[in-house]
Amino acid sequence: MKLKEIIELLDGNLLTGKDQLDKSLNTGGASDLMSDILAGLSEKCVLLTGLTTVQTVRTAIIAGVGAIVFVRGKIPPTEVIDQARANEIPLLSTPYSMFVSCGRLYSKGITGLDGAQ
Amino acid sequence: MAALKKEYHINKNDFIRAGEASIGVKNVLKSLDVDPSIIRRVAICGYEGEMNVVMHGGTGKLNIEINSTNIVLDISDNGPGMANTELAMERGYSTATDEYREMGFGAGMGLPNMEKNSDEFKIDSAVGKGTRIRMVFSLTHSKE
Ligand SMILES: Nc1ncnc2c1ncn2[C@@H]1O[C@H](COP(=O)(O)OP(=O)(O)O)[C@@H](O)[C@H]1O
Ligand SMILES: [Mg+2]
Repeated sequence: MKLKEIIELLDGNLLTGKDQLDKSLNTGGASDLMSDILAGLSEKCVLLTGLTTVQTVRTAIIAGVGAIVFVRGKIPPTEVIDQARANEIPLLSTPYSMFVSCGRLYSKGITGLDGAQ
Repeated sequence: MAALKKEYHINKNDFIRAGEASIGVKNVLKSLDVDPSIIRRVAICGYEGEMNVVMHGGTGKLNIEINSTNIVLDISDNGPGMANTELAMERGYSTATDEYREMGFGAGMGLPNMEKNSDEFKIDSAVGKGTRIRMVFSLTHSKE
């Protein structure tokens, strides 16, 4: 699924990544635990989280995450958005809860990190 | 590939910069055209190790050495050290505070994940002396 389709599905507000609307994201993971992301097959995934600290973006850079979705309308501080921009990781904010965000993506074919449906 | 060494400093409780050493390492390895799957493993080990120094350790440093056959990642600090490294290596074991947990750390998965992602892993720690972790990643025959 393309980033632009994810934005539509989640009524998302794109915080950075305008030039990557056609980026392909096919797996998803939801966690507020950074070690979960680092221990999982998180490369090129869409990461859903409620955690808006700079460490979320650094974890994504290290793990090679494809895009980050902040749930429940959360918006990270400017310096966090800047770091994501500098490392070409798209960020979006969705008004939906973690549960509903995951459900929306899952129902349209996004699988778990290991490909599970 | 010519041997290359780099050293990064890490400070206890410095969450503003925590992770920058590992991102630096990742970029260095990228510029040397190292296999992306090896870069990811090195970066993950560096980041978990760096976060441990920031949260549990003291003043520390991260050293990376790259030669034609392997990458050596050496992370050390002069913090409180550990009484029982076997216990610390157990999945889920953590002494992290609530403050650290709120930042998404403290799952007790860092050390086991470092061991899993490296080809060689050695931890030395003593109470009152500090901690040193040395990890080797083969560039010729990797385990993953
Ligand atoms: N550099 C260090 N100095 C002192 N103690 C450490 C250090 N690194 C790890 N530890 C101890 O080992 C435990 C387990 O570490 P880890 O597996 O990374 O999990 P976490 O960091 O989530 O607690 C830590 O909670 C801490 O008690
Ligand atoms: Mg840790």
